[in-house]
Amino acid sequence: MDSLLAQVDGFMYPNEIELQWSVLIVLYPYITGLVAGAFILASLERVFNVEAVKPTYRLALLTALAFLLVAPLPLQLHLGHPERSFEMYLTPKTDSAMAMFGFVYLWYLMGVLVVEIWLDYRKDIVLKARSSTGPVRLFYRALALGSDDIGPRALEIDDRVGRFVTIVGIPSAFLLHGYVGFIFGSVKANPWWSTPLMPVVFLFSAIVSGIALVMLVYMTVSWLRGRTVDMTCLDTIARYLFYAFLIDFSLEVLDLIHRMYEADESFKSLDFMVKTRYATAGVLTLIGIFAMRWNVVIGGQLFSKSFLGYTVYKMGFATREGMLPAILLMILPFAILWLLIRVLPPWLGEGDRGVVETAEG
Amino acid sequence: MSVDRRELIRTGGKLLVLTTVAARAVEHVMAGTVDAIQRELEAEHWWAMAIDIDKCIGCGGCVRACKTENDVPLEPFYFRTWVERYRVPAVDEEHPHVDSPNGGYDGFPAASQADSEAKSFFVPKLCNHCAHSPCVQVCPVGATFESPDGVVLVDKTYCLGCRYCVQACPYGCRFIDPRTHTVDKCTLCYHRISRGLTTACCEVCPTGARALGDLKDPDDPIHEFLRTNMVHVLKPQMATGAKVYYADLDGSVR
Repeated sequence: MDSLLAQVDGFMYPNEIELQWSVLIVLYPYITGLVAGAFILASLERVFNVEAVKPTYRLALLTALAFLLVAPLPLQLHLGHPERSFEMYLTPKTDSAMAMFGFVYLWYLMGVLVVEIWLDYRKDIVLKARSSTGPVRLFYRALALGSDDIGPRALEIDDRVGRFVTIVGIPSAFLLHGYVGFIFGSVKANPWWSTPLMPVVFLFSAIVSGIALVMLVYMTVSWLRGRTVDMTCLDTIARYLFYAFLIDFSLEVLDLIHRMYEADESFKSLDFMVKTRYATAGVLTLIGIFAMRWNVVIGGQLFSKSFLGYTVYKMGFATREGMLPAILLMILPFAILWLLIRVLPPWLGEGDRGVVETAEG
Repeated sequence: MSVDRRELIRTGGKLLVLTTVAARAVEHVMAGTVDAIQRELEAEHWWAMAIDIDKCIGCGGCVRACKTENDVPLEPFYFRTWVERYRVPAVDEEHPHVDSPNGGYDGFPAASQADSEAKSFFVPKLCNHCAHSPCVQVCPVGATFESPDGVVLVDKTYCLGCRYCVQACPYGCRFIDPRTHTVDKCTLCYHRISRGLTTACCEVCPTGARALGDLKDPDDPIHEFLRTNMVHVLKPQMATGAKVYYADLDGSVR
C-alpha cells in the first residue's frame, strides 16, 4: 500500500491516491462500443440497403449480442456489492446517469437486438425444428416460441417488423453508447472527462471498433470454413471503417486542440497526458480504440482534482480487477459468439434458399 | 389527406390518454426531488462549518479525533477530514507547494529551507455538504442523500460500491471503506450534532479554527463569522453550493 504513496508526483488529495476505476471500467465502454459499432454495420444492410455488406449482416448481429451479454460483467466484478446491483432497476435514482444506463442497456438487449435476431432467424429456426429430432427439435421449437408459420405472408411481416426494429435500433445503438460517453462527460469535477464532445467521441470510436471487429470476425470465420472472402464486401466495410475513423480522429484532434488553446487551470496538470494521447490517437486498430478508452478512464484518474500532482496506475494480474479477469472477459464474448454461431449459423440458407444445410463452423 | 370525425376523435382521445399518462409519470418521477432552497426554508437546522485559516496551526488534532470518533481506517488513504499545508512562493501563486503527510494525522514536519521564504498556511478540509451535491446527483440508487437539515449522508446498507460518487466529488472527500466495500465520508458527526453536540473535529480544535454552525439559528456565531470576514468556499466555479466557509482563504488553494 505504501508503494501507492511513492508513485505520487506533486500533491494529490489523500483520498485520491487509490485509483477508483480499474481496467475493468476501461473494458466496459470498450465492449459496449463494439456492440454499438457491430449493430450499426448490420443496420447499413437492412435500412440503407447496402447490398455489398450483406455477407456480414447476421454475423454482425450475433457479434453484437455476444458482446452485449458480456458488457455488464466487468461492472459486476468491479462493484463493492455486486449482489445489490439489481437495486438499480428496482429503486433507480432518476437523475443519475448510471442508473438510467441500466434501462438503456435492457431496452437495447431485449427490445432491439434479441427481437431483431429472432425475427431474422425465425424461418431458419422453424425449418431446423422441422428437420431435426429429439432434444434438438425441442430446443429449436422452444426457440421458435411456438411459431410455425413460414408462409410468404408471415415472412413478409417478419421482414417489415424486423426493418422497423432496425430503424428503432439505430438511435438505440447511438443512445446506448452515447450514454456511456455521457456517464463520463457529465462529471464536472473531472476536466479530462467533462466535455459535451465525450458522447460523440465515444460513439464514433464505437463505430470504428465495432466495424473493425466484425471485419476481423468475418475474415476469421471465412478462413475457418474454408470459404473465399467476399472482396466487394470487405472493400465496402473498409471504406465505412475509414470514414468513421476520419470523423473519430477529427473529433479527438478537435478536443485536443481546444484544450491546448484554452489552456485553462486544469491544463498544466493535464499536459503530461496530452503527450500520451498523441501517441495513442493515431493508431487505427481495435487496440487504438482500447487505448482511447484507457486514456479516458484511467487517464482521467491519474491527476489530482487539486491540479497539483499526479500518480500512475499499476494493474494487478490475478486480482479481482486485474489483467487476468480483463483478458478472460475479452475472450468470453468470442466463446459466446462461437456458441451462437453453432446454434444460429449466419450462413443458413446461403445459396440454395429453403434447403437447410447442416452447417458446421 | 382527409380526416373524418370518427378518426379525429379516436386520435385525439389516444393523445389525451397518452398525455395524461405521461404527466402522471413525470409527476411520479419528480415527486422525490425537493428544491434545495425550499428544503432550507422548511428545515429546523441548516448545518454549515466555519473555518478560520489564520487560526489553524496544523496540529492534526481534528484528523485524529475524527478517525477515533468515526472509526475511520488508519491507513493514509482514508480521511473524512484532513489538513493540507500550503507554501506559496511569492512570485508564483499558481504553483503552491502542498503536502498533507498522512492527512496531517501526525502533524507536519518542519518546512524545508527553500520554502522558508514562501507564504505558509494550513487548510483543513472536509466534506462541503453541498446544497447541490454532484455526488448525490450521480448515485444510481440514492444511497447517498441529503438530510433535511442539509447534511450529505450515505446509507451503507444500500450503497453498491460503484464509486461514481467518488469520481463526481470535486474535493476528494470520499473513499471506499476497505472493510465494508461501500463509500464513506464525513457525516458532520450527525450522531453528535443531532443531540446538540458539536462535531469531533470542532470539539478538539485547540485554537477554535473550525466551528460548526446552524444557519437557521439567528444567534449562532456563524452569522457574525460570515459578516465580519472575507469568506470563500472551495472551487466556487463548480457551483456545488458548498457550505464549508473559509475566512482568509488564499487564492492558490484548490
